[in-house]
Amino acid sequence: MIRGLMKSSPDMRLSGQSTPADKTDAPQSVAGAELLLSMVEAQWANRNGNTMELAPKAQQELEKIQQQLARLESLPKNPEQGSAQVAAQSDETQQQIQQLNERISVLRKELEEFRGAWYKTELARHPQRPYTLDYIERIFTGWSEIHGDRGFGDDPAIVCGMARFHDEDVMVIGHQKARDTKQKVYRNFGYAHPEGYRKALRAMKIAEKFGRPIFTFVDTPGAYPGLGAEERGQAEAIARNLREMPRLHVPILTVITGEGGSGGALAVAVADRVLMMENSVYSVISPEGCASIMWRDATKKELAAEALHITAPHLMELGCIDEIVEEPEGGAHTDHEKAAALLDSALQKHLATLKVLPIPSLLDSRYKKFRNMAQFFKTNV
Amino acid sequence: MTWFKRQSGELANSGEKKVRTEGLWVKCESCRQIIWKKDLEENLNVCPKCDKHFRVDARTRLAQLLDDGQYELFDTDLVSTDPLKFVDLKAYASRLKQAQKDTGLNDAVLNARGKLNGRPVIVSAMEYAFIGGSMGAVVGETITRAIEQAVESKTPILIVSASGGARMMEGVISLMQLAKISAALARLDEAKVPYISILTDPTTGGVTASFAMLGDLNIAEPGALIGFAGPRVIEQTIRQKLPQGFQRSEFLLEHGMLDAVVPRKQLKPYVARALDFMAGPVGTSAN
Ligand SMILES: [Zn+2]
Repeated sequence: MIRGLMKSSPDMRLSGQSTPADKTDAPQSVAGAELLLSMVEAQWANRNGNTMELAPKAQQELEKIQQQLARLESLPKNPEQGSAQVAAQSDETQQQIQQLNERISVLRKELEEFRGAWYKTELARHPQRPYTLDYIERIFTGWSEIHGDRGFGDDPAIVCGMARFHDEDVMVIGHQKARDTKQKVYRNFGYAHPEGYRKALRAMKIAEKFGRPIFTFVDTPGAYPGLGAEERGQAEAIARNLREMPRLHVPILTVITGEGGSGGALAVAVADRVLMMENSVYSVISPEGCASIMWRDATKKELAAEALHITAPHLMELGCIDEIVEEPEGGAHTDHEKAAALLDSALQKHLATLKVLPIPSLLDSRYKKFRNMAQFFKTNV
Repeated sequence: MTWFKRQSGELANSGEKKVRTEGLWVKCESCRQIIWKKDLEENLNVCPKCDKHFRVDARTRLAQLLDDGQYELFDTDLVSTDPLKFVDLKAYASRLKQAQKDTGLNDAVLNARGKLNGRPVIVSAMEYAFIGGSMGAVVGETITRAIEQAVESKTPILIVSASGGARMMEGVISLMQLAKISAALARLDEAKVPYISILTDPTTGGVTASFAMLGDLNIAEPGALIGFAGPRVIEQTIRQKLPQGFQRSEFLLEHGMLDAVVPRKQLKPYVARALDFMAGPVGTSAN
């Protein structure tokens, strides 16, 4: 993955920290910038399996080079101020600057790819990312929320409601996060309790009874790990949804919009179609959780994120999702309208293909989808 | 004490060998008394002094539950392909190899057919010694096949859980096993084939949040740790110490999450009684 970064010749590698970037803070020549660039490359080349730690450093170095290049570009290059020699030098400088810029863009691309999974995790958790109610407002009409699990309470971390999707009555269910502190607490940061999953199932059964398709929006760090949640059967609530969703007699569409946090996500994601927004993640455990267990060090979250294969392309490659929904340039948080519009058309397309299926074949293909998913074993001979 | 109907040579009864080399005495971690190992084994690995239920391996479990300790293993030949090529401080591939060497199993579960008080049953018994009994693609597939067998042959199924949950080193592949097994259980439910879930120490995470909680009856051994989140995760989240007995079998029983807490010695008669209720006396139904 980082092969492209290792093309610098060995003699350009610097040993350790002997020439920190700040000492060559203001290179007056292209050679200075080149030295910096070689440092970045050397860092990659000298990696000892701990590349993720270096990624932010490499990023800083790259930024420095860019600043210095900007300075170089602002150097006098007007021939009328000097001799022909200066002009020639200036031409050469320009050429080198261009070459450096090209190399930087390659490096940046590689870097982006490299920090991929953690970067995506941060995007998936971005506070300005559209949440379920933001999508509902833009994609559906006639939203009418329903509450409560009829057993213990109402869980604001999951919203359920009747809505219209292009003039068709549907049930919408989704995790709900929030932006300001008070609301965040009210929504429990998107961590649902058992009553949330039970409310969701109740809503799904209503939809089934009246033959309405179900849409679920997934955006949760996970099911809440707390006293009350355990007392009231968090595991049982999730398990029951996992058993009931495969046999609901209506089409089910799921979108992972942000964080697909383990069982708490899957509990509303056993669907005929599972889509992932481009910058969402879906994982069995959070990168931090995995890092603290497997590396015994929560700061190894970048490494864990990468190892866990949690990005949309990974999930697609592993055959666990059906489609990746494109986001606006820079991520869904930059343009809620556009993000919703892109999702809307993907949902329309998939609902159309599901609606034509007779219910027995719908159920059969849903069963087979999950039955044949994630088959990574061989027969030992 | 037990003997096995071996399916293949590789599944030698390494458990017995281990016992012999481990010395004749064990200290009970609960009452701290020294127990003669033979006494412990004859007491189904329950402390004769304080009734502490020691963990037992999958083979011992099968032998304890099934008539004359006899059973026939099936689908024991699946092995993980390490789908993510996962490496943390150690490579998953080498963890797998080590676990295979230590347990003599290919992964953390054994499927078996045998008889329980004369009634044919299918049992999936999890092996906690294999990477914490964690569930990846192999465990998911093996248990699913056991359920499918139960549906096809209309044979009651018992799943004995002992697991820390989903296997992290298989990432989202592990997560999807929850959906797969639960979907198969929906079909079992529709076929009206009895399923008794037996939860043993410990049963947590994705295993609890899927098949372990989906039995027609969910029964647990005394004192077993059972929960969704691990106790440490909860303590870190709520920043306080957990109450005594939290997430133990008796706690779950009290909160309505279990049908019964059954001591190991009564486990077999309890299950037999339940299967009589569900499928009729032996020989009267399809069984
Ligand atoms: Zn004892």
